[in-house]
Amino acid sequence: MNNLAPFLESAKQILAKPIRVFLLIGLVSFSAQTHAAALPQESAAFLASQLQANPSKQYLWLTGEVKKQVISILDHPYYKLRVPYWQSGSDDELKTLWILEEIGKHKLITVGVVIQNQHIKSLRILKFRESRGWEVKLPSFTRQFDGIAFKTPNDFNNTELTSYIDGISGATLSVRAVTKLSKLALLLQQHVDAQKTGSL
Amino acid sequence: MSLKVNTHFKSHLTSSFIPRKTALSTAMTIALFAGSSHAATMPELQSEIKTLKTQVNALADEIKVGSDSSAHSQFASKTNIGGYGELHYNNIEGKTPEVDFHRFVLFFGHDFNEKIRFFSEFELEHSIAGEGEIELEQAYIEMDLTKQLKTRVGITLVPVGILNETHEPNTFYGTERNPVEKEIIPATWWSAGASLNGITDSGLSYDLVVSEGLNVADDDYTIRSGRQKSSKAEASDLAYTGRIKYTGIPGLELAATARYESNISQSKNPDAGAATLLETHVIYSKANFTAKALYAQWNIEGNAAKSHYVDKQYGYYLEPSYKLSENWGVFARYNEWNTTTVDAYKQTQTDFGVNYWPHKQVVFKADYQLKKDGSTEQNGINLGVGYSF
Repeated sequence: MNNLAPFLESAKQILAKPIRVFLLIGLVSFSAQTHAAALPQESAAFLASQLQANPSKQYLWLTGEVKKQVISILDHPYYKLRVPYWQSGSDDELKTLWILEEIGKHKLITVGVVIQNQHIKSLRILKFRESRGWEVKLPSFTRQFDGIAFKTPNDFNNTELTSYIDGISGATLSVRAVTKLSKLALLLQQHVDAQKTGSL
Repeated sequence: MSLKVNTHFKSHLTSSFIPRKTALSTAMTIALFAGSSHAATMPELQSEIKTLKTQVNALADEIKVGSDSSAHSQFASKTNIGGYGELHYNNIEGKTPEVDFHRFVLFFGHDFNEKIRFFSEFELEHSIAGEGEIELEQAYIEMDLTKQLKTRVGITLVPVGILNETHEPNTFYGTERNPVEKEIIPATWWSAGASLNGITDSGLSYDLVVSEGLNVADDDYTIRSGRQKSSKAEASDLAYTGRIKYTGIPGLELAATARYESNISQSKNPDAGAATLLETHVIYSKANFTAKALYAQWNIEGNAAKSHYVDKQYGYYLEPSYKLSENWGVFARYNEWNTTTVDAYKQTQTDFGVNYWPHKQVVFKADYQLKKDGSTEQNGINLGVGYSF
């Protein structure tokens, strides 16, 4: 009973302030909702097809210099405060999968990018919501990203790619959005790698 | 190219923003936890840290930069506003130089849910309603039938040519739209009806449309003037359009459209008959170089068209262009067309000029035209500024 006394006292204090109760309930339900939310079907399938089973999920926070560099690629801040990524394998076989989103003309395009050794191994359009520009979903378009990287790796001010991405007539904005996301994935990967090696 | 009302993060969100209430809640909760754990043991502290970490992560996932969760915002996030506009200055031989805000266009769209949406295009031409035009060029409901098939019902753009469906000024070269698509196709061409629009994994897509047809005057078989613009349009004789397009190779577009008009006078003129438009085009881009070629032809049946020498009308153009950099591009275009069967009325126009994009959605244009209308020359300069969002 004595052990319960501090707890009961704390609970009493908390309950004495209705706003605290409200906040606690809100946070708990908020948290529960988020954890209940699974990956969308397309994203889950891409994850399963690209990485080993049970990859580790981590987050990169878009703050400070990272945030500035993200803005320089997208021309605006990313719409989330942090970006999830999944990893499996080790050393040269380490693969990182990013799921990123950007607006084409009116709506978000969801793109999955797998990176290995700072090169794009695979890029897939996971969800396309626009009325026009659907051609970016075609493998003939996304294959152009296979194997590309930044021309000058670890130079955060130069985001030129090693290959030119051919566009699609009538889908200029979608092509632009997907190309931006490929650069964003490469940039974020550099930060993840740099954090691990302690070079940042 | 378009602004989202709530507006995602596209244009307004130049800095990160956490809703004040959320930040306040988080701070208070942390303080609350801190207050209640001063006498806690190490495992308890670790447990609380873990709990806090989970909650902060959950909050971070929920927060969208620059958004709020109000009912208004949730509605606005489903509603799109966009638009484009272009101001032209034309100084052509034999004409008074003029400056004209040629087009001011607003797009409105709304997603009712993931599968049903509305889209519209509202246009004011030449700045004022009196001598200009206010037009509803698009207003339709689009529904996804399957992942690769949708239907549109309402006023839609006819799926033909290069410019008719994509005509924002920053997407093409030349201050004025090319004369072949204007006079022969005739862009911008819209009609009320219903369509099926399909895509395939190979890059092949198709469109099938049933819609209102043309309605030309007895003494004027100009295709352009026969557009009914869905304004109390006579619908005795409908039109049927089919397009097939291939975009399976990056940088390449191949397309062909056929349109059949049951009766070009809506059966008012007993001497008028059916009409068929055939159009095909190719676009090829490799790195900074792009080439476009388009051919279109009308075949009009009936004695009326024949007696007016307009039973066959055709046009084509070729346009190479080169992007010198992200911001600069140059082009040349040769156009030839004839809205009659009389060779003497054949028209040609050669254009060459430059586009400058200070931003991807803003363009300044300058070009020179060499136009021959029969034996008359109409050479001159065109300047323009345009935008889209």
